Amino acid sequence: MFQILKKTQLAPAIYLMEVEAPRVAHAAQPGQFLIVIVDEKGERIPLTICDYDAGKGTVTIVIQAIGASTMRIAALEEGDRFADFVGPLGHPSEFIHYSPEKLASTKFLFVAGGLGAAPVYPQVKWLAEHGVRSDVIIGAKNESLVLLEDEFRALTPNVHIATDDGSKGYKGLVTNLLKELVAVQGRRFDLVVAIGPMIMMKFVALTTKELDIPTIVSLNTLMVDGTGMCGACRVTVGGKTRFACVEGPEFDAHQVDFDEAMRRQGMYRTIEERKRAIEAERAAGHKCNIGL
Amino acid sequence: MANKIPRVPVREQDPKVRAANFDEVCYGYNMEEASLEATRCLGCKKPRCVEACPVSVRIPDFIRCIVEGDIAAAAKTIAQDSLLPSVCGRVCPQETQCEGACILGVKGEPVAIGKLERFVGDWGREHRLTLAEPAPRNGHKVAVIGSGPAGLACAADLAKLGYEVTVFEVLHRPGGVLQYGIPEFRLPKKEVVEPEVENVRRLGVKIETDVVVGRTLTIDQLMDEEGFEAVFIGSGAGLPRFMGIPGENLNGVVSANEFLTRTNLMHAYDQQYDTPIYTGDRVVVVGGGNVAMDAVRTARRLGAESSIVYRRSEAELPARREEVHHAKEEGIDFRMLTNPVEVLGDERGWVTGVRCVRMELGEPDASGRRSPVEIPGSEFDMPCDVVIMALGTSPNPLIAATTPGLEVNRRGCLEASPDGATTREGVFAGGDAVTGAATVILAMGAGRKAAAAIDNYIQSKA
Ligand SMILES: Cc1cc2nc3c(=O)[nH]c(=O)nc-3n(C[C@H](O)[C@H](O)[C@H](O)COP(=O)(O)OP(=O)(O)OC[C@H]3O[C@@H](n4cnc5c(N)ncnc54)[C@H](O)[C@@H]3O)c2cc1C
Ligand SMILES: Cc1cc2nc3c(=O)[nH]c(=O)nc-3n(C[C@H](O)[C@H](O)[C@H](O)COP(=O)(O)OP(=O)(O)OC[C@H]3O[C@@H](n4cnc5c(N)ncnc54)[C@H](O)[C@@H]3O)c2cc1C
Ligand code: SF4
Ligand code: SF4
Ligand code: FES
Repeated sequence: MFQILKKTQLAPAIYLMEVEAPRVAHAAQPGQFLIVIVDEKGERIPLTICDYDAGKGTVTIVIQAIGASTMRIAALEEGDRFADFVGPLGHPSEFIHYSPEKLASTKFLFVAGGLGAAPVYPQVKWLAEHGVRSDVIIGAKNESLVLLEDEFRALTPNVHIATDDGSKGYKGLVTNLLKELVAVQGRRFDLVVAIGPMIMMKFVALTTKELDIPTIVSLNTLMVDGTGMCGACRVTVGGKTRFACVEGPEFDAHQVDFDEAMRRQGMYRTIEERKRAIEAERAAGHKCNIGL
Repeated sequence: MANKIPRVPVREQDPKVRAANFDEVCYGYNMEEASLEATRCLGCKKPRCVEACPVSVRIPDFIRCIVEGDIAAAAKTIAQDSLLPSVCGRVCPQETQCEGACILGVKGEPVAIGKLERFVGDWGREHRLTLAEPAPRNGHKVAVIGSGPAGLACAADLAKLGYEVTVFEVLHRPGGVLQYGIPEFRLPKKEVVEPEVENVRRLGVKIETDVVVGRTLTIDQLMDEEGFEAVFIGSGAGLPRFMGIPGENLNGVVSANEFLTRTNLMHAYDQQYDTPIYTGDRVVVVGGGNVAMDAVRTARRLGAESSIVYRRSEAELPARREEVHHAKEEGIDFRMLTNPVEVLGDERGWVTGVRCVRMELGEPDASGRRSPVEIPGSEFDMPCDVVIMALGTSPNPLIAATTPGLEVNRRGCLEASPDGATTREGVFAGGDAVTGAATVILAMGAGRKAAAAIDNYIQSKA
């Protein structure tokens, strides 16, 4: 079980993996995530379900190596297995419950920042399969980090690219491109779904609040169990404490306390940095002398 | 007279040493000590101890076997009523159950029933005693949700009757609270919990981890697509409560479940494992139950100065008495009649302390307990880096929300008859999922009752 059948590199330090997980593949829906454990000593790492194929019994994940655990996952090769792979977790995206009329009349705009392309992809795909062509903004630092562009273009003609340095598409932030689509090009959107780094989601939420467009974000909080048992994932939405893993991960962007959410994400930062330094030492073949 | 012998003391790790390690605190009796302690039992005709045990373990009978030196017979006697003697001997609140009722306790010290039960359970495991064999299959399939004491007990009894049982567990290791909640120093995982789970597997029970019932699979799918004729829900009460006071989402405020899961299930105290944990230098734990004691003693072992803050007085602490005693020996600071009103933080959003008020006990309420009331103007601040909330838990709503026809009461607990039948045909439930947070022995007992009811249900249909 949980064998990696395919691994491809999408960008520097970003990999796509197709994993054998029939039960997860059978139940997965857009908007949901899963938790993986790399080996016996690994931590529980939440990852978005980027794609799923119930027939083949496989689930696709996209992983960015940013810390000790994600680096170890990224180092796995085809044929290797995850110790654990549990899901799907969280609620599916709300639009899958829309009536056919509402689906047909809603104009969707997805804003995918960096790795956010992974969770956005199954949503755009589901909508395409239901006859809806959404707009997608893919935002990235530079051209090499623009993810899944061809995959999105196969689903909808309305794919817009924004890079910070202008190496591809629009030069500037996704929020500016969003404003331009609405204010300059006069496009109408009924729902914005923004997924990416917390800071990007915060600014998209501010922008769409000004433009008065309802907006959904998917919150990548810290998590341990992912089942509602620990409260590590708690966020404040509309003044109330909510558990992102079971009540989310998608919430009304205009109600989320992003500053608190960003602060809480950094709870283990210093510990993680030390851990990373130790890993790096180990990788370099030194004896660990950092002192625990 | 046998009862002139004082209660045989149990050997324990030195408090100073153990406050810095995760090895088991209590060493338990050896054969000699157990034999001596066993001679204290009067073998009462109408044993009060048995009446006070939730599953009516035949206490004088198993103790007599110890006196006679036949430990295997003692193990078989206990096994008629309890499947987890090594666990219950360690974690039952004996002072309010069996030992609390022992006749010797009226004038002196009760028989150490828990320690004797633990001795027998451990002896049986060490001597690879087989108490049950896999039964021939009867061709019927039952699904069990959750691998805590309720689920394991239900699965074991059904397997002994010949059912093909699959346990579905969302976490990556089976055992429920025994695995993720109760710490290593009180209930060793490799030595006690894992062998107990292995015993259940040996009866032919299949345990499938990493399955969230309600998401990966629904109860409807289990029954309609996977051919399970009945389902037992033993999903526990894992949803943590918070106080709703200002500052509760500051960095450094965690639930006891999170803190204990990181240490127990994820081994965060061991640098070989990846999961991080944060304690800082000073930890305040809010609450007075077993969960609070486990959290505060874990924090102590991770090197923090640790305090308990509890709004009632010491007499009302709901934790096992032994745990309170051990905690004190380990240097835990107890602040009774104290209640937090706000968590304080710095400009970066990290905890710097807790603002508390002092309480006094007022008039007895409907339950007869004197409820604490705030003393006006008594606010004071306790500096700390971490606040752990151990305020109790309630059942997770996921299964009820995804199973049509399954009803819950206003506390979020599943509605079930005394034998475990829920409002949905073929679906049974027991343990914390039905009662709210309770005890291991009650959960195990409920699992066994439901197993009998499930057998009845399936046989009456066949
Ligand atoms: C619902 C959900 C879906 C996710 N989907 C994906 C995905 O599809 N692909 C993917 O690569 N990652 C995804 N993540 C993030 C991923 O879980 C984290 O990157 C991972 O846990 C970091 O572990 P680490 O040990 O490698 O890094 P760490 O060493 O723990 O952290 C490295 C740095 O990243 C920060 N960080 C830690 N956790 C998170 C987090 N959850 N989100 C953002 N920053 C974090 C830390 O503060 C630190 O600065 C998702 C998270 C959630 C909650
Ligand atoms: C820290 C702590 C200390 C305690 N100390 C004591 C003590 O000293 N003495 C004592 O008698 N009692 C103690 N208790 C209480 C005791 O542990 C519980 O009452 C008992 O474990 C309940 O058993 P259960 O089988 O009903 O549920 P649990 O033990 O909670 O097991 C439920 C299992 O179901 C799984 N599950 C939940 N939802 C799903 C789902 N949707 N799909 C699949 N699986 C699911 C959970 O992951 C879990 O493994 C303590 C509890 C805690 C938390
Ligand atoms: S099961 Fe618990 S209450 Fe019953 S005799 Fe054993 S220790 Fe006492
Ligand atoms: S009440 Fe005490 S003395 Fe009597 S049988 Fe029970 S344990 Fe023995
Ligand atoms: S991750 Fe533990 S409750 Fe959400």
